[in-house]
Amino acid sequence: MKRRQFIQYAGLGTGAIMMPSILLGNNISAEALLNPGMDVLIKKNMADVALNTAKSAGATYADARIGRYLNQYVFTREDKVQNVVNTESFGIGIRVIVSGTWGFASTNTVTEDGIKIATLQAVAIAKANSRIQKDPVKLAPVAAYGETSWKTPIVKDFKDVPVSEKVDLLLTANAAAMNNGADYINSGLFMVNEQKYFASTEGSYIDQDIHRIWPTFDVTAIDKKTNKFKSRQALSAPMGMGYEYLDGLDSEKIAGPGGIQLYRNSYDMVEDATAAAKQAKEKLTAKSVDAGKYDLVLEPNHLGLTIHESVGHPLELDRVLGYEANYAGTSFATLEKLNSKNFKYGSDIVNLVADKTHPNSLGNVGYDDEGVKTKKWDLVRKGILTNFQAIRDQVHMIGQNESHGCCYAQSWNDVQFQRMPNVSLEAGTEKYSVDEMIKDVKKGIYIAGRGSFSIDQQRYNFQFGGTLFYEIKDGKIVGMLEDVAYQSNTQEFWNSCAKICDKDDYRFMGSFFDGKGQPSQISAVSHGSSTTRFNGVKVINTGRSI
Amino acid sequence: MAIYTKEQARKILEKALSFSTADACEITLDGSNSGNIRYARNTVSTSGQRSNQTLVVQSNFGLRSGISTIDEFDDASLEKVVKRSEELAKLSPENPEFMAPLGPQKYDVSNTFNEETANITPEFRTKVAESSIKPAGPKDVTAAGFFNDSASFNALMNSNGLFAYNKSTNLEFTVTMRTNDGTGSGWVTRDFNDASKFDATEASNVAISKAILSKEAKAIEPGKYTVILEPAASIGLLTRLFYSVDARRADEGRSFMSKEGGGTKIGEKIIDERINVYSDPLHPEVPSATFNGQGEPLKKMKWIENGVVKNLAYDRFWAKEKGVEPIPYPSNVIMEGGDASLEELIKSTKKGILVTRLWYIRGVDPQTLLFTGLTRDGTFYIENGKIKHPVKNFRFNESPIIMLNNLETLGKQVRIDGFLIPYMKIREFTFTSLSDAV
Repeated sequence: MKRRQFIQYAGLGTGAIMMPSILLGNNISAEALLNPGMDVLIKKNMADVALNTAKSAGATYADARIGRYLNQYVFTREDKVQNVVNTESFGIGIRVIVSGTWGFASTNTVTEDGIKIATLQAVAIAKANSRIQKDPVKLAPVAAYGETSWKTPIVKDFKDVPVSEKVDLLLTANAAAMNNGADYINSGLFMVNEQKYFASTEGSYIDQDIHRIWPTFDVTAIDKKTNKFKSRQALSAPMGMGYEYLDGLDSEKIAGPGGIQLYRNSYDMVEDATAAAKQAKEKLTAKSVDAGKYDLVLEPNHLGLTIHESVGHPLELDRVLGYEANYAGTSFATLEKLNSKNFKYGSDIVNLVADKTHPNSLGNVGYDDEGVKTKKWDLVRKGILTNFQAIRDQVHMIGQNESHGCCYAQSWNDVQFQRMPNVSLEAGTEKYSVDEMIKDVKKGIYIAGRGSFSIDQQRYNFQFGGTLFYEIKDGKIVGMLEDVAYQSNTQEFWNSCAKICDKDDYRFMGSFFDGKGQPSQISAVSHGSSTTRFNGVKVINTGRSI
Repeated sequence: MAIYTKEQARKILEKALSFSTADACEITLDGSNSGNIRYARNTVSTSGQRSNQTLVVQSNFGLRSGISTIDEFDDASLEKVVKRSEELAKLSPENPEFMAPLGPQKYDVSNTFNEETANITPEFRTKVAESSIKPAGPKDVTAAGFFNDSASFNALMNSNGLFAYNKSTNLEFTVTMRTNDGTGSGWVTRDFNDASKFDATEASNVAISKAILSKEAKAIEPGKYTVILEPAASIGLLTRLFYSVDARRADEGRSFMSKEGGGTKIGEKIIDERINVYSDPLHPEVPSATFNGQGEPLKKMKWIENGVVKNLAYDRFWAKEKGVEPIPYPSNVIMEGGDASLEELIKSTKKGILVTRLWYIRGVDPQTLLFTGLTRDGTFYIENGKIKHPVKNFRFNESPIIMLNNLETLGKQVRIDGFLIPYMKIREFTFTSLSDAV
């Protein structure tokens, strides 16, 4: 986080401190969120102004994205509403290729004149930069889809749910936590609707309506005698769903080991807050882990982040090629390793898939932000590295002529670039439950929920914490542990993958604010998996006295 | 978009305020122009320009407040945005922690604006990229970098008679140089308010030298080592310490700054007595705004004196609860240094490790401020006062509190990300594993 952001959000509480600046758009009323926005026919006309201006000015390619981004956030702590924020951001971003060089400009003056000016700025930037351009842009072909549309298949639009109902839900969850021994709770609801219109000189006019939601909280329990404090985060996942995610359906609940409750496509926030308070208190007196090698049984809400960092990011082609070298870094997964067709990323049972089409996932859209129809493809099959994630201007560098459809911009005023699709671990093919997996472990740790995460700039060495840790001895959970973090190397870790539970246990975790690029942009992505066992992983004890 | 002068800003704010019928009203007006260029693989990848201006109105009736925003400033728009904020306020739940806007304040004037920076052109940015790309090729290294410049203003007025205005400029530059054989990597960062202080060629050459010096690193056992931390390395850990100055979290018992048995650690010695940390918006090397978003004046403030916690930040609500004066968060941080240059610190080291940068720092335990992360872009083994050879990167698990208790020597200060941080030599810094990453 940059210093200036720190200053800007310092007064808004911890939830706000973590909020990227893009999410603090123009404030509007909740009712104004329901305004349908610009008619699709007008959008087409406006987009054509950009495309025609670009072509007349010498562009060999142009695309225009008219975006209306609506966000609603509700923040509470204990019995107080801290903030209700409704924001709207509307404008157009125009990207052109002139003399083999990209240029981009944007404006919130969505009029013929405003669009012409922005388009000519994009052209001017492309021309200025073409002087030091060494590799002219080559675009993989894409179909012309004509006029088409796509919508996240939601049941309840968050915009139709009164703010008071959302506030009531959070305050009820807070009260449940406080009544069960919590000292503090911060809770929040993040709701996003992207209304995006894309048009390009390839002949596509695509109208999309995308929804995402993330309910979350952080419960703290304090032992005043010892001055210790522990917190327990929500076991929810951000999802590509409507408000129906908060229905708390029993059919989507999964009873986990150690008496914990886990959630698939429906979340019971009050129930989880109740459990969180009890578990936060239990953490205060939990046994501190003995450092050493353990078999790890990793729950999907935890494993998703490990997949994200150790598979999702290293297999982004722009990282592999060095485009992200100055910020996020490069990758151990080189072109040579892909081309060898025998790079053993993981054990034989490891199948990792990239996917932009799975319902309820954060990455699910009909078309990406450069008008490519989305799909599903293999990254690792039977343990062997088989592909990267690539978009139109880079996929030719791995000898392929079809974009994977994973281009994204966080807003109309940011340039689109390659972003991670959902990257998921396929479920085991034979019937195998979490209970059976635990029975088979002699000395291990069961880890649920996300925690601390850190990985190097080429994605070799990582260290992960979690939310809840349970010791497994001779096939049984024997109690809660604390001060647990595991360290491994990506290839070693995935090759220690010993067993994967079946599809009945499969579910998503997600990252709502994944950062990449300069200037940094966020994106949201899901990772599916079933509970998975990794053998002989190094666990360290993170307890210190100061 | 223009950077409004104080008088232009005042006029717009006064007009907007004239439409207010609320119990109290607070209006901010911000605007900025920024431009950037990004390059990688020794060629330019993307670049862009951005302008924005926003007027934010917060109206309140009793404990209910509403916020509304607009980017057009004609009379009709100003009236609309004020009315909208009032409508929202009437509909919002009561916030028991609401504080009425401050009355008139006196502010110091800080030299945060520089004309030369405000006038940076796309051609200037292309030249910055060239300053990295041109020397990289002949040295068999590849440049990837990012340069961003901005000019902005910020004004605040409220119905209790407060008015504040500031304008500022800033530029930030980073470049990573990687040797073409993939075994070496160097990095540099620079930031200034004043573009005349920035030399892209000098900075790029530092990164090139580090890349070449770091080629073919050797693995040494992880463990506890004496380290020399460049400011770009220590800042990642130090900011995490500086961010934990919130008095409320400390009073609530859920911060490293919470005292055993209740209360805060104000007055307790937590780190080496040679460490002094303060903030000062008027410091000529790191000037910053003299007021914050609520219009509270920012003055020179001591946070750590001789290793003792001197002050924590109290927002206005928490200060009222605790019966103390509010202390706003700092807008910059200055850690006092010593006289030793980097060369002298190396010379006085029998056995140790020089660290250019720490990366991917994440909290492990908030109770002890334990963090993990890795070294990156230039890690070197020092023996008998000389850099002996590059070493493979390490993962660390360390707390800035433990680190600052193990202080050996303070070196000279360097401006980094708007802060002033000294070079430091630290004993027994904890590296827990090796990384193959270059």
